[in-house]
Amino acid sequence: MTRSRITRLGVHAVLFAYVLLAILPILLVVMNSFKSHDAIFGAPLALPNADTFSLIGYQKVLAKSHAVTYFLNSMIVTLGSMFLVLLFGAMAAWALTEYKFRGSTLLALFLSIGIMVPIRLGSVAIVAMMRQSGLNDTLTALVLVYVAQGLPMAIFILSEFIEQIPKDLRDAARCDGVPETRIFFEVIAPLLRPAIATVAVFTMVPVWNDLWFPLLLTSSDSTHTITLGVQQFLGQYTTDWNSVLSALSLAILPVVVIYVIFSRQLISGLTAGAVK
Amino acid sequence: MATLRIDKLNKSYGDAAILRDIDLSISEGEFVVLVGPSGCGKSTLLRMIAGLDGVTSGDIFIGERRVNNLEPSQRKIAMVFQSYALYPHMNVKKNMTFGLKFAGLAQPEMDRRVAEAARMLQLGPLLERRPRDLSGGQRQRVAIGRAIVREPDVFLFDEPLSNLDAALRVSTRVEIAKLHRLLGATMVYVTHDQIEAMTLADRIVVMNHGRVAQSGKPLDLYYDPANLFVAGFIGSPAMNFFKAKVDKKGAATVTLSGDGLPPFDLAAAAFAPPPGAPVTIGVRPEHLIADAPGQFRIGGAVELVERLGETSYAHVRVAEGVTLIAEMRGRDAPKAGDSIILGAPDRDLHLFDERGERIAIG
Repeated sequence: MTRSRITRLGVHAVLFAYVLLAILPILLVVMNSFKSHDAIFGAPLALPNADTFSLIGYQKVLAKSHAVTYFLNSMIVTLGSMFLVLLFGAMAAWALTEYKFRGSTLLALFLSIGIMVPIRLGSVAIVAMMRQSGLNDTLTALVLVYVAQGLPMAIFILSEFIEQIPKDLRDAARCDGVPETRIFFEVIAPLLRPAIATVAVFTMVPVWNDLWFPLLLTSSDSTHTITLGVQQFLGQYTTDWNSVLSALSLAILPVVVIYVIFSRQLISGLTAGAVK
Repeated sequence: MATLRIDKLNKSYGDAAILRDIDLSISEGEFVVLVGPSGCGKSTLLRMIAGLDGVTSGDIFIGERRVNNLEPSQRKIAMVFQSYALYPHMNVKKNMTFGLKFAGLAQPEMDRRVAEAARMLQLGPLLERRPRDLSGGQRQRVAIGRAIVREPDVFLFDEPLSNLDAALRVSTRVEIAKLHRLLGATMVYVTHDQIEAMTLADRIVVMNHGRVAQSGKPLDLYYDPANLFVAGFIGSPAMNFFKAKVDKKGAATVTLSGDGLPPFDLAAAAFAPPPGAPVTIGVRPEHLIADAPGQFRIGGAVELVERLGETSYAHVRVAEGVTLIAEMRGRDAPKAGDSIILGAPDRDLHLFDERGERIAIG
């Protein structure tokens, strides 16, 4: 065996171990969501078989709770903030890299602070602000917070990509008489597709998974998101594990779907610039 | 088509002056090539004409219009970039029409112009393809096509052939020359390649350190360079230079000598520098010939011979640290180690003073 082959095997072993580590808990959740209550506790590591198979959890979640509303809320919040982050992020990144104006460096610096300081530090102020502006217990409040949370990183990543787009291209467009906004939307934005996919995934996943801000900012069933909704099945004295596991399994689905949609673009986005 | 006039144009970034007092007047239909080493400001000048870089002071006129403060699109120019700068996500046809949409052109007119440009540049079969499916030469033709459909007053080329391989560069160069004849348009062309400059230009503007070193017809620049810089820049291999000094001055002759160069007389009625003054003698490789007529003679040992087939370049060491290159016919070249005496007729000698300016011989 050659040396390179050993290294390759080693690398794959490490990667495989990591994949197992990452995927096993998820597998456990999905597996047990299809089992009856007793089977979950009797043999938590066993696959569901004819005796233990049960859809009771899914029935309860879909029929007897507000899960569908929660899902919709999560969808609205995630897609809404993703769209706004991408739109404003790309535009701001373009402005900051392309135009030199008074305070542009300062503004870029200010935004990079947003990457370093976690937005949760401002939770108390955010809650107060939302209450005073009457946005408490609305999805708008969540979207606003997530846009603020996602923008700095989005601008940072997109700026790097915009830097890589040849300057001649916008010069050519200017000579062609293309207005600046159209240069952005029709020349620059299409070339940013891989970067936009990357940012979309990076924005979407933490928003979808977030429990903190829904907990702080929403109080009624009509505004709960799925991650918060699942908490209802976790009681102080009893926990409805069937429902919890089914709801969690369902909550994984949309993320996987969106990831698959963007993944081809994402990979070319992550490796862009690495190889010329 | 239009004239282009540049008046006392300056460009600086902070304290760094990029262009200094450029004056240039280009007549209608003229093909002017801006040439110079990198960093001489030639591309900046072109970008200022295009309106992509601002003017620090001075004026630019296209036709009768002062265009200093006009947007690039209002200047009636079209620019071809070194990197082609084609829109990667649009096919060839859309690349050409994208800008026209914003000029408010009707569809039939756009189609007519694209068809016309496609015919001129043999782009017909490529119209539906994306830039990434085209070869370098095809991309450059599309970039030129995009300029043509704008029907501009002035065409600007920024080193359009630099990204092409050698063979393609020659053929595209010929294409551009033909295109200029066909369109009769005013063209300004930036390059660092002096062969492109010599072959394409009606007039060459040699730039150095943000100034115009000399401007004139290609052969005038070649045979009559105004200063040391132009003499060394135009011609390949470069002109031979060596230091000499004025030994004595007669009524109509002057005696010069230098390192490895025995004193010789030169008929020079108008020669200005006084005896003792240092001068630089320049002579092109092709003018250095064995047993030449004239007083100028210099001997040395052949160090190396580069044989290119048709011609050979002999590197001849005439003194410590002074090597001349002489051009010879392919088979006539001496061998390394041979001793050789080279000479040149008086009219092929160029003299430059201490500041590098040409000395009139008269």
